[in-house]
Amino acid sequence: MPIAKSLRTIGHRVINAVWRIGFAARFFVMTLFYSGTSFRRFRLIVKEMFSSGVMSLIIILVAGMFVGMVLGLQGYETLKRYGSESALGSLVALSLVRELGPVLAALLFASRAGSAMTAEIGLMKATEQIAAMEMMAVNPVARVVAPRFWAGVISMPLLAAMFSAMGVFGGYVVGVVVIGVDEGSFWSQMQSSVDFQHDVLNGVIKSLVFGLAVTAIALFEGYDAPPTAEGVSGATTRTVVESSLAILMLDFILTAFMFQGA
Amino acid sequence: MERTTLDLWVGAFVVAGIGALVVLALKVGNLSTYNVSESYQLQAHFTNVGGLKPTASVRSAGVLVGRVTNIVLDTNLYEARVTMSIDKRYQFPTDTFANILTSGLLGEQYIGLMPGGDDKMLQNGDEFKKTQSAIVLEDLIGKFFTSSVDAK
Repeated sequence: MPIAKSLRTIGHRVINAVWRIGFAARFFVMTLFYSGTSFRRFRLIVKEMFSSGVMSLIIILVAGMFVGMVLGLQGYETLKRYGSESALGSLVALSLVRELGPVLAALLFASRAGSAMTAEIGLMKATEQIAAMEMMAVNPVARVVAPRFWAGVISMPLLAAMFSAMGVFGGYVVGVVVIGVDEGSFWSQMQSSVDFQHDVLNGVIKSLVFGLAVTAIALFEGYDAPPTAEGVSGATTRTVVESSLAILMLDFILTAFMFQGA
Repeated sequence: MERTTLDLWVGAFVVAGIGALVVLALKVGNLSTYNVSESYQLQAHFTNVGGLKPTASVRSAGVLVGRVTNIVLDTNLYEARVTMSIDKRYQFPTDTFANILTSGLLGEQYIGLMPGGDDKMLQNGDEFKKTQSAIVLEDLIGKFFTSSVDAK
């Protein structure tokens, strides 16, 4: 009976997916529940911030610089047609602060730090370090997962802010230094169009949400990975795919809430 | 617990991140132009505000003196009532003109104040008596066409 068989497969898949979502939700709640312990041992968070935040600095800064430079070039080409090159500053700053800064920094963070987190925890599980912790009555969620979670959540807005600031600098280099847009109008148009609350703070909120999503997905995938070489590599791939999709979908939802007209 | 080089790196990272936020707030954003000093409220009626929006700037002689805080339709007159908060440091005579102007051909609209010569100054809650509405480009083009037809 091929129909019955395929129905059975579909049912199995659906039940498995729901099961996994339930486990992920419980895992997330446990992480939050044990965060108190990890904040009392703040050194653990600092150590993880080094490996996820500081080590991502180079890629974030270089990428931000180049994105800003591209925005400067492309924006100038388009604005030139309307004779409003002086609006280049506001174009570069608004697109970076509202969208590109948080989104691109989060995508880079997911592939740079998120995948590393998944691989690390997956390998810890495969080599039975997690089981050993449980044997010693050390809660692995409190000791391993929660510090990494908070390190990611704290690092992400800082990285996004650096990405945007670097991008504005890149736009300045191309727009003002290379092309020769008037420096005064570049900065003054930027300042008159970028609102602190509406643009900068909303960008920070976005990057916080992205940081939360990326680290939660990365940690769960690592923790849930089958304890084999194949399982860990599959989990790492899933982390990057799922968190990239989550970032872009969340970005649409947040944008729809934050910038609805007016 | 001892200080390690790792702490130095993480500290530098956090300082750089917060520094970037400060740069975004002050250099890129307009936080520096929000007046921390005290302000007072003034009102004006316009027959048409055009594209004027809340947070639009209020300028006198090109200097930023305040911001538009609220725009509502006054149903007694069927005119727009614009509320703006003006920096306490700047006082304006009661016969000041309030015009809605546009910065550049496609720029955003702002309120320009042209001070009169009266001795009395506008107080908190007062209203500008003399106002000029926004120039709506469509009206202007319409007038131009009808007048050129009349001339023939």
